[in-house]
Amino acid sequence: MIEKDATSRSPELDEARLRQQAIGSKLRQMFDEVVNEPVPDEFLDILRRADKSAMGDG
Amino acid sequence: MGLDVRPPRVEDPARDAIFKRQLVALIPQLRAFARTLTGDATAADDLAQDAMMKAWDARASFEMGTNMKAWTFMILRNQFYSEKRRSWRQTQLDQEAAERTLVAIDDPAAPVALDELRLGLGMLPAEQREALILVGAGGFAYEEAADICGCAIGTVKSRVSRARRALQAILDRGDYDRDGKPAGDAMGAILAHAERLSDAR
Repeated sequence: MIEKDATSRSPELDEARLRQQAIGSKLRQMFDEVVNEPVPDEFLDILRRADKSAMGDG
Repeated sequence: MGLDVRPPRVEDPARDAIFKRQLVALIPQLRAFARTLTGDATAADDLAQDAMMKAWDARASFEMGTNMKAWTFMILRNQFYSEKRRSWRQTQLDQEAAERTLVAIDDPAAPVALDELRLGLGMLPAEQREALILVGAGGFAYEEAADICGCAIGTVKSRVSRARRALQAILDRGDYDRDGKPAGDAMGAILAHAERLSDAR
């Protein structure tokens, strides 16, 4: 048997809202963790090489 | 100096330097978008580097002063889908990630919440995943996300909302599959974290 408390706000809705907040904050955390990683040198090296060839143009 | 009427698409080192500085500042964001899209760090950096170079090569077509973040994200996204068409190794990597995650989940003490979320994201249809990442983590408004994905605002909204529901269902189901009991430790930890965050506001 599932108890239903008719006097309070819907606990299911509250729980769903809370879970969505939780998932949302974890998702941002996952994204921000990568943003905060140091950028591998490779990225800047590639760009530097491309920049040079653009300047010299051959 | 005199007249300096510059036709577009002409070599412009000063403009290039500004463009490059802004592009470099966006690399961390591009890496994060790629990582959350692919779920694999190595493949993600390959993708982010390709996107960065495509952006650099296309710099003459970028209108300075407009939203470079959205522009580069769009390039990365298009690159992601064109690579997927060319038999991207994603499927195999997803499978490996799933297996790693399942192993981790067997240990009740392991901090699995992020792994579960990563796995759950990987199970979403790509268009839902990208919409959720752009709006839910990338900081884009629905309109911007719609521009990036090349679809209507309403489409983005419905994809985000379907992604949220699906992700929640996946995370819940993962718990049920694991030990036959609802609301495992991982979800409990996520919930506690969310409560702390909302209390802190």
